[in-house]
Amino acid sequence: MIPLTIFTTLLVIISFIVDRKKTIKGIQKGLKQFLKILPTLLSVIIIISIVLFFVSDKFLMEFLGKEAGLGAYISAAVIGSVSLLPGFIAYPLAGFLVQSGVSYSVIAVFITTLMMVGILTIPIEARYFGLKTTIIRNVLSFIGAIIVGTVMAFIYYLI
Amino acid sequence: MKAFLKKHKFDFPIIMVFVLFVGSSFYFNYGPGKQILKDNFWMFFKEMILVLPVMFILIGLFDVWIPKERIKKHIGEASGIKGMFLVMLLAFIQAGPLYAAFPVAYLLWKKGCSPVNVFIYISAFTTAKIPMLTFEIGFLGLKFSLLRILITIPVFILIGIIMGRYFKRNKCKINEG
Repeated sequence: MIPLTIFTTLLVIISFIVDRKKTIKGIQKGLKQFLKILPTLLSVIIIISIVLFFVSDKFLMEFLGKEAGLGAYISAAVIGSVSLLPGFIAYPLAGFLVQSGVSYSVIAVFITTLMMVGILTIPIEARYFGLKTTIIRNVLSFIGAIIVGTVMAFIYYLI
Repeated sequence: MKAFLKKHKFDFPIIMVFVLFVGSSFYFNYGPGKQILKDNFWMFFKEMILVLPVMFILIGLFDVWIPKERIKKHIGEASGIKGMFLVMLLAFIQAGPLYAAFPVAYLLWKKGCSPVNVFIYISAFTTAKIPMLTFEIGFLGLKFSLLRILITIPVFILIGIIMGRYFKRNKCKINEG
């Protein structure tokens, strides 16, 4: 986070020295786009916050745990698709799940869907790509995540 | 202003209900409501408000400084494997949540990046950001991370190609947001 801010600040300064007018125009353009999407962002993170309240560690263990079998993959894919977690929360959680006995291939499905499929962020994605393209991309990514998990299941414990 | 309100016709009611909910949770000391705000909403809000304005400033600068021809040449229709490699590299060095990839995708597309590369960019962005890899390796191990990435790359290139073809055939567009 901090490197990005430093990098941007440097770029703004250099850009400002080279061409003041152009820099102001660029910053205005960028911030205008941000304000335009802000209400959608806010309403999406509100929904995510409420959904996450119901998805506790205990809830995840119950659905992804050792005895859950094939159901564990399906649960991992569904829960991963619906939720959205920043990496600094998702990875410690995944580490905890592995230690509690959840298999690595289930975790692979969970992590992949968590990142590539965003059902709750569809309103944001649709603003840019349109609803149809957004749904197709999410469905394809969902299938892709299942493939990744399946291949992981075959390979991870072999090598 | 009217168009803006119409575009967000679902967003503003959600925000208003949430403000009321959180306000009354604090007033009546309702635990779950306070927890949703403090633990969950605040975390996402912080992530958004720290990353996105900076990113949008970068996007704006990129927009005014980088000429279309250059983007087209490197990651446009005729850029082939090299173009794919470049968008993947661009995605890997970034940070932030999935929704931060969409405005960048719009800008790339506007500047002449091919649809296939736009979709490869989005998938790559979600799969392996270098800042996040240190976390992944720390908690799940190097073997897991490497395998996951190696298996995921061909899958998302395939998704990119399918999406790109669909996009072109249907003459789709990416909007400003």
